Amino acid sequence: MSDIEERFRALKQREEGALIGYITAGLPSIKDSFQIAKALVEGGVDILELGIPFSDPIADGRTLQFSNYLALKRGVKPKMVLELSAKVKDELKIPLAILSYFNPIYKIGVEEFLALAKDSKVDGLIIPDLPIDEGEDYVKLARKYSIDTIFLAAPNTSEERLHRIVDSTRGFLYLISLYGVTGEREKLADYTLNLIKSFSWVKSKVNLAVGFGVSNSKHIKELIRAGVDGVIVGSAFMKIVNEGKDLELTVRNLEDLAKDLKEGTRFKDIY
Amino acid sequence: MKLSEYPIKGRFGNFGGKFVPETLIEPLEELERAYKEIKEDEGFKKELDYYLKNYAGRPTPLYYAENLTRYLGGAKIYLKREDLLHGGAHKINNTLGQALLAKRMNKNRIIAETGAGQHGVATAMACSVLGLKAEIYMGSKDVERQKLNVFRMKLLGARVNPVESGSKTLKDAINEALRDWVTNVENTYYLLGSVVGPHPYPQIVRDFQSVIGREVKEQILKLEGKLPKALVACVGGGSNAMGIFYPFIDDDVELYGVEAGGKGLHTKEHSSTLVAGEEGVFHGMKTYLLQDEDGMIRETHSIAAGLDYPGVGPEHAMLKAIKRAKYFSVTDNEALEAFLILSKFEGIIPALEPSHALAFTFQLAKKLSKEDVIVVNLSGRGDKDVELVQRVIKVE
Repeated sequence: MSDIEERFRALKQREEGALIGYITAGLPSIKDSFQIAKALVEGGVDILELGIPFSDPIADGRTLQFSNYLALKRGVKPKMVLELSAKVKDELKIPLAILSYFNPIYKIGVEEFLALAKDSKVDGLIIPDLPIDEGEDYVKLARKYSIDTIFLAAPNTSEERLHRIVDSTRGFLYLISLYGVTGEREKLADYTLNLIKSFSWVKSKVNLAVGFGVSNSKHIKELIRAGVDGVIVGSAFMKIVNEGKDLELTVRNLEDLAKDLKEGTRFKDIY
Repeated sequence: MKLSEYPIKGRFGNFGGKFVPETLIEPLEELERAYKEIKEDEGFKKELDYYLKNYAGRPTPLYYAENLTRYLGGAKIYLKREDLLHGGAHKINNTLGQALLAKRMNKNRIIAETGAGQHGVATAMACSVLGLKAEIYMGSKDVERQKLNVFRMKLLGARVNPVESGSKTLKDAINEALRDWVTNVENTYYLLGSVVGPHPYPQIVRDFQSVIGREVKEQILKLEGKLPKALVACVGGGSNAMGIFYPFIDDDVELYGVEAGGKGLHTKEHSSTLVAGEEGVFHGMKTYLLQDEDGMIRETHSIAAGLDYPGVGPEHAMLKAIKRAKYFSVTDNEALEAFLILSKFEGIIPALEPSHALAFTFQLAKKLSKEDVIVVNLSGRGDKDVELVQRVIKVE
């Protein structure tokens, strides 16, 4: 069992959902990025996603587009993100996934990248523009290096296809909550909770986590109550980082947000 | 295996594919099914032919450029006059086809990207005549540079959405159109403007543009009694080139694609993806790209906005890899010179994009014999570029 799967198992025993926190690596600066990761973990994030910035993040809304742009402008490179991963794993002892669009990985070479990721103690990989159909070789290689292949499913994914996605998935299945890009929303989409119901059969095979638009503890309570094993929050964290002027204050705000969101995942025990 | 049978399983050899977020898989499969259906449908073909003939102005002439041929003193040069089409470029062949396809799919909202505005204008025209709603994404830098085309799109009833992200040019307009599509998949049709993107777009756009090559084949056999020695076309995304190449792809005809060399390949300011790029994955396809050492997509440059794109259609990537077609690069200055020469010798002001193809043709013609025939795809007219050319050179 991978570190990610182990963490889900432990949380399920405690009847908690997993809070999965995404940050774009290298912000507010390469030097201070570790502090951001630490703030999330200390606030209660259970699994961390570190994003490799990309020039053309087509699945992302304004907040993460901006953080990708900013990180590149500050000189963040894929290999620096892997170095940060190793440090986070060593010092914070948290299950960790890398999120990257496919081209930076392809450029390094899929196997080379997986080998580097393994050396950097990365537990899982999320590639938003690599669907299963294009990922056969990647899945095989990831098994060889024991790295979780975290695939995404969408509201319009057919059941037949979902079976194939689940078969290729390790760590957790990343369910996109809505039609659209990442970014904060006031409300969950009206179809999201029904969507979770229709996807609930996958939970006997993989952990099910929901992301895109998940912005506050109210959303999280609704989602956990609907039966998901975890929630993914990115833009709400990165908005604080993008707008932060003072590192200390940023760290405090992130920690507070993570605490509040983590409370939402403990909602289960009321039922 | 015949090259005309590609794509096979959505791929052109090692290139192409569907590298998209999961939400787009379903609509791409829906598009694939719908396209397969209309491809064999006589009614659809008839309807498209009607609009191509009566609205767009097909067939276009294949014109023997006698003055130019004499001036260069080599092979006979023919020009395929796509510049005479409605809208002034080959783009309308594709937008009429796809807009009719969207109607068959009951999608009434059309989105499209545009760089210089030519595809945006052609989309707006097709949507206007067919009663569809058009929204065009355009980088804010391009909106500023191409005010006239922005106004034309608005006159034609389209909405223009300026894109502020990234480099604020064509690639970002495509990014934003893709983001719109994942948000509105149910009712929206994404009308891509070139032979790029995820499968089945490179095939659909090529097929709709192939009317160019089919006409050339018929016309040249009538005029010369033989196939041409060579075909020449400019390549940005590569739709006008695939359009003229494809019907000849299994014939004994040389194929030359000409990319934008901008300020020269020794600088970073060019758009020569096939000549100077390397393999990568971008905008849903595996192809050649201009990228940095970390796989970040580079900003590109060309005096011809229609060639200013860091990727290229996957079918071109295959044709290059197997050496079926050859690709060359022509600088801004060489293209400008060709622009002037054609204007002066033939009374035809070409767009700056096919001026690249012309510049290469001038070199090629001199190397071939007088019995050889070269057909150049004159993919657009130069009215849109006159102001720019006036600014950069002095015409005596």
